[in-house]
Amino acid sequence: MSALSIRGLSVSYGETTVTHDVSFDVAEGESFALVGESGSGKSTVLRAVAGLARDWTGEIVAFGEPRTRRIEASFARRCQMVFQDPYGSLHPRKTIDAILAEPFAIHGIGDTDRRIVQALEAVGLDPRFRFRFPHQLSGGQRQRVAIARALVLEPRLLLLDEPTSALDVSVQAEILNLLKRLRREQGLTYVLVTHSLPVVSFLADRLAVMRQGRVVETATVEQLRDDTFRDPYSRELRRLSQPHAR
Amino acid sequence: MSDTLLEIRNLRVSFPTLQGGRVEVVKGLTFGLGRERLGIVGESGSGKSMTGRAILRLIRPPGRVTADRMDFQGKDLRSLDESAMRAVRGAGIAMVMQDPKYSLNPVMTVGEQISEALETHERIGRRDVRRPVLEMLEAVRIDDPVRVAKLYPHEVSGGMGQRVMIAMMLIPRPAVLIADEPTSALDVSVQAQVLDIIDDLVRSHGMGLIFISHDLDLVAGYCDRILVMNRGEIVEECAAGRLSEATHPYTRGLLAAVPRLDEVRDELPVMDRRAGAPA
Repeated sequence: MSALSIRGLSVSYGETTVTHDVSFDVAEGESFALVGESGSGKSTVLRAVAGLARDWTGEIVAFGEPRTRRIEASFARRCQMVFQDPYGSLHPRKTIDAILAEPFAIHGIGDTDRRIVQALEAVGLDPRFRFRFPHQLSGGQRQRVAIARALVLEPRLLLLDEPTSALDVSVQAEILNLLKRLRREQGLTYVLVTHSLPVVSFLADRLAVMRQGRVVETATVEQLRDDTFRDPYSRELRRLSQPHAR
Repeated sequence: MSDTLLEIRNLRVSFPTLQGGRVEVVKGLTFGLGRERLGIVGESGSGKSMTGRAILRLIRPPGRVTADRMDFQGKDLRSLDESAMRAVRGAGIAMVMQDPKYSLNPVMTVGEQISEALETHERIGRRDVRRPVLEMLEAVRIDDPVRVAKLYPHEVSGGMGQRVMIAMMLIPRPAVLIADEPTSALDVSVQAQVLDIIDDLVRSHGMGLIFISHDLDLVAGYCDRILVMNRGEIVEECAAGRLSEATHPYTRGLLAAVPRLDEVRDELPVMDRRAGAPA
């Protein structure tokens, strides 16, 4: 069974249709990347899956069940999202403890205390951070909190929207390692949106290259590494991502 | 060394702390800049942006800047009064910042902003200003300068906005351009275009460039010489082409932490930052 299956997805914001007929499948346990430039519609696809963009046509099926346009608790239990900016995605006036406790309150899950301690440990955060506020944490630490929040409900599918692009290279390396380890340990499925092909090379198994709202090519990460994309635009994108490409 | 544009010796920038002490964010930097492209690389908090701002004397109290020497074309920047300093900013040393969304004036057209940059530094009539502005827009490879000059910043893309910024900064023909993460807000395809434009103009005008970035590969590709900064200090200086031979553990750590296009490592090496105080 596919973890996520998308067929003919067109998402609109008001009058404007931003993605056209997007289709791809993500197998359970797979890490799949959507790449492209800004405005290519890659984040929009993710937002439609998460339920943040509701004006769409086509089909979104997660673990065999079609996604409705409503917010569904059962869907949220299986699929969570991590956003780009750890400075914007955590409530500034809530402690880390309160932030991590919220999903449990929403879903009526008990045993909060133990689960929070466990979540902090899983993302490599010292327990002393539990009662601090987001502004007392560095960018990398905040992104760990955002990942912990996404994981506390033990979802099987994680949507990652540029999870490291707001971070320094050395911090990016830590978060990428963390995401790789969590996926291995918990058997997670990732759908990753990024503009960085090196990040794809490290974290993904397959990728779809998007341009102007359409998927121009779906390829394996080996094709990315070996420079054997079929589509000319994908090849150009890869060439521009090379160091000293000029 | 008549070709030295900037001469900085023992530059220090500090800010007060809540505990009543001061924290130094730039700790005794010494470097010179000729008609060359100098890259300053480091992570957030390394002091690289503060260095650029200190040279232009843009750090306001309670921040404090001291230096044994801070000369621009033989002039001592430390001793200039505010009005003399204003003449240096823009006409002598210009700066392009990261995000055109925030650094362009939203209620002035692109053309007006570029004209203003020129009119501030040169005696030029309203009517005569139009031609150089259009020429400058062409120089930053904007296809339809007459149309673009009439647009407001929100009507142009990020890449075009950054080219407008560059046009505005270069039209008074400064001797030194400080580019602080000029392409971090842009897509890779646009990034290359913008850097090529900067590169072209810097070379053809015989300017000095200080390119501040966190991106080692990018800096290596566009500069002649690189300074690597960590916690307010230069930890390594090398020719851009020899970055891969860098020896300082911090530089090596940074290089290793970047994933590659053909990445097959199972884990990326991370640096031990426990000794450093995270922001």
